[in-house]
Amino acid sequence: MSDRLSVFKTYKLFVGGKFPRSESGRVYEVTDSKGNWLANAPQSSRKDARDAVVAARKAVGGWSGATAYNRGQVLYRVAEMLEGRRDQFVAEVADAEGLSKSKAAAQVDAAIDRWVWYAGWTDKIGQITGSTNPVAGPFFNVSSTEPTGVVAVLAPQESSFLGLVSVIAPAIATGNTVVVVASEKAPLPALSLGEVLATSDVPGGVVNVLSGRTAEIAPTLASHQDVNAIDLAGAEADFAKELEIAAADNLKRVLRPQGVDWAVTPGTERMTAFLETRTVWHPTGSLGAGGSSY
Amino acid sequence: MSFTYAPAPESRSVVDIAPSYGLFIDGEFTEATGGKVFKTVSPSSEEVLSEVAHGSAEDVDRAVKAARKAFEKWSALPGSERAKYLFRIARIIQERSRELAVLETLDNGKPIKETRDADLPLVAAHFFYYAGWADKLDHAGYGANPRPLGVAGQVIPWNFPLLMLAWKIAPALATGNTVVLKPAETTPLSALFFADICRQAGLPKGVVNIVTGDGTTGAALVAHEGVNKVAFTGSTAVGKAIARTVAGSDKKLTLELGGKGANIVFDDAPIDQAVEGIVQGIFFNQGQVCCAGSRLLVQESIQDELLDSLKRRLSTLRLGDPLDKNTDIGAINSAEQLARITELADSGEAEGAERWAPACELPEAGYWFAPTLFTNVTQAHRIAREEIFGPVLSVLSFRTPAEAVAKANNSQYGLSAGIWTEKGSRMLAVASKLRAGVVWANTFNKFDPTSPFGGFKESGFGREGGRHGLEAYLDV
Repeated sequence: MSDRLSVFKTYKLFVGGKFPRSESGRVYEVTDSKGNWLANAPQSSRKDARDAVVAARKAVGGWSGATAYNRGQVLYRVAEMLEGRRDQFVAEVADAEGLSKSKAAAQVDAAIDRWVWYAGWTDKIGQITGSTNPVAGPFFNVSSTEPTGVVAVLAPQESSFLGLVSVIAPAIATGNTVVVVASEKAPLPALSLGEVLATSDVPGGVVNVLSGRTAEIAPTLASHQDVNAIDLAGAEADFAKELEIAAADNLKRVLRPQGVDWAVTPGTERMTAFLETRTVWHPTGSLGAGGSSY
Repeated sequence: MSFTYAPAPESRSVVDIAPSYGLFIDGEFTEATGGKVFKTVSPSSEEVLSEVAHGSAEDVDRAVKAARKAFEKWSALPGSERAKYLFRIARIIQERSRELAVLETLDNGKPIKETRDADLPLVAAHFFYYAGWADKLDHAGYGANPRPLGVAGQVIPWNFPLLMLAWKIAPALATGNTVVLKPAETTPLSALFFADICRQAGLPKGVVNIVTGDGTTGAALVAHEGVNKVAFTGSTAVGKAIARTVAGSDKKLTLELGGKGANIVFDDAPIDQAVEGIVQGIFFNQGQVCCAGSRLLVQESIQDELLDSLKRRLSTLRLGDPLDKNTDIGAINSAEQLARITELADSGEAEGAERWAPACELPEAGYWFAPTLFTNVTQAHRIAREEIFGPVLSVLSFRTPAEAVAKANNSQYGLSAGIWTEKGSRMLAVASKLRAGVVWANTFNKFDPTSPFGGFKESGFGREGGRHGLEAYLDV
């Protein structure tokens, strides 16, 4: 055993592709399941939340405008980068959730595979959500889906990494950008994920990670007029109701908390929850003997 | 020498309106608890058409219980049997469509030309379309054997009374739900005639319940604990209140709310067709349409030419007796709505926009508003931001496609938009950038049961029509 003193990591937020501290200068203690100190995490303020929304909004045009193929490759790249840092995440998840190494490894493996699952969906989801519609008239009529915009996500409180990935990936796969509030008591895997995303070709602002008190940050996101949707996965029932009421102010799309087994391969619900359907009509005319009628 | 049109009224004799109507609960017409009633008038004449029961919270409770009771058997029926009930309903609507068209025109004030040629054909088509889904839900893309939600509480507006009823009831029944529907306070009659159609079709008791009343009746319905699904079409303000009401519950919610649709005309557009589209977009149904093209965005280089044509066209519109087959512009639905339109139009003038309307004589009785357009409108004006829900067009201009898109999207709403251009790539590029649920390119205000309809942003969420419209009524 070397007696070399290790270098601690300063955990920071991930906003707009950068790693700021909380503008409030606050941190809070993060401990493992036995109460041992692990690190000080930034305690985000409402201002941090608003800054994150600005960053997410700025990223919407580029990310939603990227080709689905490109988004798929970027998501796959996240899986590649995570695979290389697997040991780090296994250790962090084991500490965060009080799991054995093998159980933590199963969580991390499933999380990596989840990125792969959603990477494959980016250029397919539109084909199962869209349609051409046989209207009773001379019109070409096609419905297609597109991202809702900025999605605020309250990550699951218990599943610090697999749960986190399971709520971020579907939202961004379809071209939304997100502001995610990490598990309050176990934020470190989320903050480390920011470091992975920063080196995975994910454009800055597409995913913004905040740590801190969910009760402090979430109301700002739920009532924010420039947030289009909110995933309440990490909110208790009473709190979720309060946030849903606040979200009605600009008619955010709301995904209510529901019992989810994060280990199970998901369906498409978390993608379709944050998609909008647009239907375009155009006259077709006809090409009869007399030529075009249009 | 001037030509005038001789009157060409559609006969009223085809419809027999009873002096009073009760609530339709559990297959029977019944008085409201306490016997409270309200009058429904014809907006074009202020003639009282009938007296209608005013449903209370107690009545809503009765209706929800009836729907709950009926749900068990209705949802257990084979889809093919539910389908046949809906096909029957569609056919009876077709048979009685002239009667219903006249009734709707009387109660709503819209021209018979519209109820006869647009509303009623679409109502029948909607039931026919969803009838066919009832036994094919396994193939709809929502997994095997998707289940209904239970009792649907549905609240609809007065602008397309029977069509909105069809949009709500047809998919709900096809998927195995039962319904309690609250029609708008000013247009209750066609829903009550629909109750009779349900009886003729032999629909089991309690599957469809109609509770007439006002906003308090609707509020009691959406708040009722026995309701599993809430569907609302109406104003954004009420939509938000409903979203707050159902927050924290398990109720599934879909909202189809207001709009401030941008109708964008590029310099290469076919002007005559664009003018027809603009007229169709904002003067159809007196502009009382959530997806109306109420903001005209015209490219600067053709603004003068387009406005000249448009004004010429508006001068030929015929306003008057809605039952006259030549009438283009009917009555505004209520005194209250007329006051709202008047107030907003006045604000346009007060804020500096320039008002224009063709010479147009308004009948003395009833609620009327001449087709009106405003030029010199800025994006900050109330008439460019707020939904007027009347025959009032706000004209703005732009220079580049990017500016057109930015202006079109500069709204809390996102329901509809129009694009007029002969250039395919420009049409598709602009359509893909518009934050709107329905985009009409080189056409406007087209509807079809197979075509999903609904909004982005504060125009609501969920879709009605097509395969997409099933999702709102399935536990998926």
